[in-house]
Amino acid sequence: MALRESPFGELKVPLALTAAVALLVAVVVAVALLLSDRRETFQAEAYGVTRQVGDAVAAPVSGAIAAPGRWGGMGLESLRGYFFAVAENRRLKAELKEARQWRDVALALRDTNERYKSLLGLKTEPPIPMVAARTVTDSRGPFANTRLANAGKEAGVKAGNPVMSENGLVGRIIGVTSGASRILLLTDVASRTPVMIDRTNARAILTGDGGPNPKLEYLRGQNPVKDGDRVLTSGDGGVLPRGLPVGTAVKGLDGRWRVVLASDAAPIDFVRILLFQDFSQLANAKELDQMPTPPPSSGGTNVGLVNAPAPAPAPPAAKPAPGPAPAATSVAKTPTVPTVGAKPAPTKPAAATGAKPVAAKPVSPKPVAPRRPATSTAAPPTSAPVSTPPPADAEIPH
Amino acid sequence: MSLSAARPLDPWRWLGLTSLQCVVLTMLFAMPVRVFGLQAPEPVFAMVPAFAWAVIRPSIIAPFALLTIGAFTDILWGSPVGLWSLSLLVAYGTVLTMRNMLVGQSRPMMWAWFAVACAIAELAGFLFTRLDAQASPSLVAVFWQFLATILLYPFAHRLIDRFEDADVRFR
Repeated sequence: MALRESPFGELKVPLALTAAVALLVAVVVAVALLLSDRRETFQAEAYGVTRQVGDAVAAPVSGAIAAPGRWGGMGLESLRGYFFAVAENRRLKAELKEARQWRDVALALRDTNERYKSLLGLKTEPPIPMVAARTVTDSRGPFANTRLANAGKEAGVKAGNPVMSENGLVGRIIGVTSGASRILLLTDVASRTPVMIDRTNARAILTGDGGPNPKLEYLRGQNPVKDGDRVLTSGDGGVLPRGLPVGTAVKGLDGRWRVVLASDAAPIDFVRILLFQDFSQLANAKELDQMPTPPPSSGGTNVGLVNAPAPAPAPPAAKPAPGPAPAATSVAKTPTVPTVGAKPAPTKPAAATGAKPVAAKPVSPKPVAPRRPATSTAAPPTSAPVSTPPPADAEIPH
Repeated sequence: MSLSAARPLDPWRWLGLTSLQCVVLTMLFAMPVRVFGLQAPEPVFAMVPAFAWAVIRPSIIAPFALLTIGAFTDILWGSPVGLWSLSLLVAYGTVLTMRNMLVGQSRPMMWAWFAVACAIAELAGFLFTRLDAQASPSLVAVFWQFLATILLYPFAHRLIDRFEDADVRFR
C-alpha cells in the first residue's frame, strides 16, 4: 500500500519532538537501571537474574567465538616450541639445577615446620579444594575489569571464592550461574583486597582503578614497603585465605605504591577457582544468634522444669554453691537472672519435692563462652533444667 | 508515479543491522587474548552508531536501540547495568542537539566532532563510575579507551555516507 493511501499517510508527526521524548524516556530507563544495579555488593542475591541469564548465554557463545583465537594461539605456541626447543632446553636445565637446591632446602624446612607444628599443637588450615576453569570473555576497560569463566554452580563455585592463575591471585567471584561465573579482577575499580607486604608484614588494601597496576592504600608505619617487595593476601577479614601471591610492589609515576600483578605473567585463558569458604560463610548465623543457656544457679529459681535442654557449663570462675542445691519443684518461681562469674547465692531448698537436690558444679574443662553477655535480660528464665540428668562432672551431694 | 524515494528509511537497515554488527564486534574484542603479553585495546563500538545515528536523522527507535546495546555491553563487560546505556545516550543527545551544525562538514572536522562525542561519553562513564563505586577510575585507562574508540570513525563515516541522504525528508 502506498504511503498516501494509508489512513495515517497524512498524519504529520513532529519527529524531532518525539525523538527528544524518546531520548528522555531512554535516559530515565538507563538511570533506573544504573540505580537498581548493585554490582559491587558482596552478596550472592545482589547478582540479579538479568546478569545470571546474560552470563549463562554469553559463556558458551563467547567460548565458541574465542575458540579459533585459542586454537591459533596454541598453534603459534607449538611452532614457537619447535623452533626454540634448544634454547628452552638450556633454560630448563639451568632452572632444574636451581630447583634441586631449593628442593633440599624445602624438605629441611618442611621437617622443621612439622616439628614446630606438633610441638605447638598448631591447628593449620585445611587444604582448599579448587576447580579449573577457562575464561571465555575478558573486559579490560577503565570502568569494568571482569572475566567470565566457564565453571558455575554445578562445580560448587560460590560468590566470594578467590580465583588464581598459575602465578598468583587474579580476583574473586562476584556472580555465579549454571555453567558460568563472573570474576571481578583485582584491577577493577570496585575491587578492594586486604594484602600484606611479605618482608615487613605491613598491611594494606589493594585498590583497583581500571589500570593494569592496582594501588596499595592505607599503608602504615615507617617505610613499610620498598621497590620489589612481595605482596601477599593477608587473610584479614576472612574473605581470602592468607598468603596467596599477589605481585610485587613498585613506585608508580604518580608517586603512589602500586603492584605489578603476578598473574599478568601467566596466560589468561585458564584459572583456578579456590572453593574457599570464609568464617562468615561457614558459620551458622542462626545457631550463633541463639541465646546460650545460662549456667545453672544454685538458687531455687530454675526448678520445676521437665525436658528442658541440657545446661551449658559455666565458666570456671563461677564457684559452686557451698550448700545444698535447690530441689526440683513443680512450681517455677520467678527467676533471678544469673550472672556469669558471679558467686551464686545459696538459697533454701524447696520443700514438697521428691527429687534429690542437685547442685550443678560448673567445673567443665571447656567452658562455653557465651556470644552475648549472660547478664542479658533476654535470657530465658526457664532454661536451667533440674529433672534432666546432671552433667557428668556435676557433684551430687548426699 | 512511484513514491519510493519518499518512503521512510527501513529501520532494520540503518538501526538493526548496525546494532547487530556492534554486538558481534564487541563480543569479538572481549576474547581473552593477549598479543606478546600485552592486552588488546577495548574500543567502545557502540560509539559509532551513537554518533552516526544522531547525524543521519532524529529517530524514535535509535535511543532505545542505544539503550539495548549499552545494556548488552554492560552485561558482557560486567560493568554496572545502565552505565554504558546512559553514557551513550548522553553522547547521542549532545550530537543530536548539534546536528544542524554538524551536517555537511568535511571528514576531518567530523572526525574531530566524533572525538568530542567520545570524550563526552568517556567523561560521563567516568563520573557515573565515580558516583557508583565511590572511587576514581584511572585517567590513563580512560584515555587509552578513548584513543582506541576514536579510531573507529571511518565506520561512522561510512554509515553517515550511506544513510544521510537515504530519506529525502531529512535532506
